[in-house]
Amino acid sequence: MSVIEVVDLSIALGGRLVLDTVTLQVGPGEILTIVGPNGSGKTTLLRAMIGAQTAQSGHVRRKAGLRLGYVPQRLAIDPTFPMTVARFLDLPHRHPRKAKDAALARVGIAHLPDRQISALSGGQLQRAMLARAIIGQPHVLLLDEPTQGLDQPGTADFYALIAELRGELGCAVVMVSHDLHVVMSASDRVICLNTHVCCQGAPAIVASAPEYRALFGQGTRGVLALYRHEHDHAHDAFPDRSPARGSDGALAAMHDGADAPGPQDLTG
Amino acid sequence: MLPDFMIRAGLAGLGVALAAGPLGCFIIWRRMAYFGDATAHAAILGVALAWAAELPIAAGVLAVSLGIGLALSTLSTRQTGADALLGVFAHGALALGLVAASLISDLRMDLSAFLFGDVLAVSWTELATVWGGAALVLALILWRWSALLASTLGPDVAYAAGFHPGRERLVLTLALALVVAFAIKIVGALLIAAMLIMPATAVRPVSRTPEMMALLACAAGAAATLAGLWASWQWDTPTGPSMVVAAAVLFVVIRTGHSALAPRGG
Repeated sequence: MSVIEVVDLSIALGGRLVLDTVTLQVGPGEILTIVGPNGSGKTTLLRAMIGAQTAQSGHVRRKAGLRLGYVPQRLAIDPTFPMTVARFLDLPHRHPRKAKDAALARVGIAHLPDRQISALSGGQLQRAMLARAIIGQPHVLLLDEPTQGLDQPGTADFYALIAELRGELGCAVVMVSHDLHVVMSASDRVICLNTHVCCQGAPAIVASAPEYRALFGQGTRGVLALYRHEHDHAHDAFPDRSPARGSDGALAAMHDGADAPGPQDLTG
Repeated sequence: MLPDFMIRAGLAGLGVALAAGPLGCFIIWRRMAYFGDATAHAAILGVALAWAAELPIAAGVLAVSLGIGLALSTLSTRQTGADALLGVFAHGALALGLVAASLISDLRMDLSAFLFGDVLAVSWTELATVWGGAALVLALILWRWSALLASTLGPDVAYAAGFHPGRERLVLTLALALVVAFAIKIVGALLIAAMLIMPATAVRPVSRTPEMMALLACAAGAAATLAGLWASWQWDTPTGPSMVVAAAVLFVVIRTGHSALAPRGG
């Protein structure tokens, strides 16, 4: 039932093994966050999911006809490239003006359709890229460190928006993130990556896993407690995803048996 | 009124300007200016080889430009610091072409026509080649338009949309080789890159979307072509360089006018 399936994926870049037999599944409608230290292969994994990275071994299987909405980490747009926000939303496929206005309003930049992309602030560009990703009604939204360069309130707002959009579009969300505090509150499932999958499961489970604590320390646990109620609420809203979760747990157990929590624990 | 050869020259120049407009936009958006230069300079080697083998010049130029373009494209995606490599290829191919041409005695006399262009000597057949080539380049770019734009925004953006940025790069390399092959007789190998880059750069400040910039670049290129042709007729100056000078004047006029009217830019 998963929309994206990564099976035994190994990728080497410049002679260095960046991903080592990574296996994971993205279930329909779930928010899956990939955390890990710098150089742990997070971005490479995301790029492999969109088909931008060839594998040494293993593979990525996407459900047939799967529509992806991708928000890159940054957009190195050349200043000689003229592009209004409205035109940007038409890439790669044209959309009616109404749909574009709605998408821009949804992400909170309704007033910017005629602004040049190169003239946007970091936060505005993030939102423009998100609008472009959601206008095609994606089945999966993939975001690479979407809040880089945003301040704390901006970051919290952005994750809240992602959670709302997931509810409205019914899409799965795969995020790479550094913001451990917020991630833990905003995700259904967290994968802790350090070339291989260290541990995965519900945020509460991952936060207490020894592998996670070894990588990130204890700091996030207090914050997690604050958000736990909201997190449980999100779970109740999507009861139909529990089978996917069970199989994830089984996979995790298969690959990193000693580290991973059992399937029953994962629903919290 | 106008002699036949002037009409043919004007039409040939317009054909080049139409194809060079959109292609030139991609060349500057993707920072391929030096790449364009290298591919164009390599054309001289193509001229020499085609001449020696008694093949049509356009075919030789197309083959060598495409070969150099593909080699450069592969090298520059594989390693960083490709700038120096481009220089080696560009000047190496140009020098090799000049040496090879000097060994062929009848070509020696004609070489300047290929270096600087000889638009006033364009025949009706050559004119048909130019327009055929221009139509092919425009069709290629229009067909791949969305994919090319997505790849220009970033390879990952293209991949996520189901495009293959490597393939789009090949499309541009092929389009560039085609333009070089049919434009070498018009503006000459040394200045083809100028006709690609200058009109597109000139209209950048007044363009709001990629489509607008591509269309305006066509218009600017056409204006520069006709103005250059007229100046060349008027003052008996070499035609190809006159067209490039006109494009440079256009660049200065638009930039100055734009910054005078809208000091904040856009």
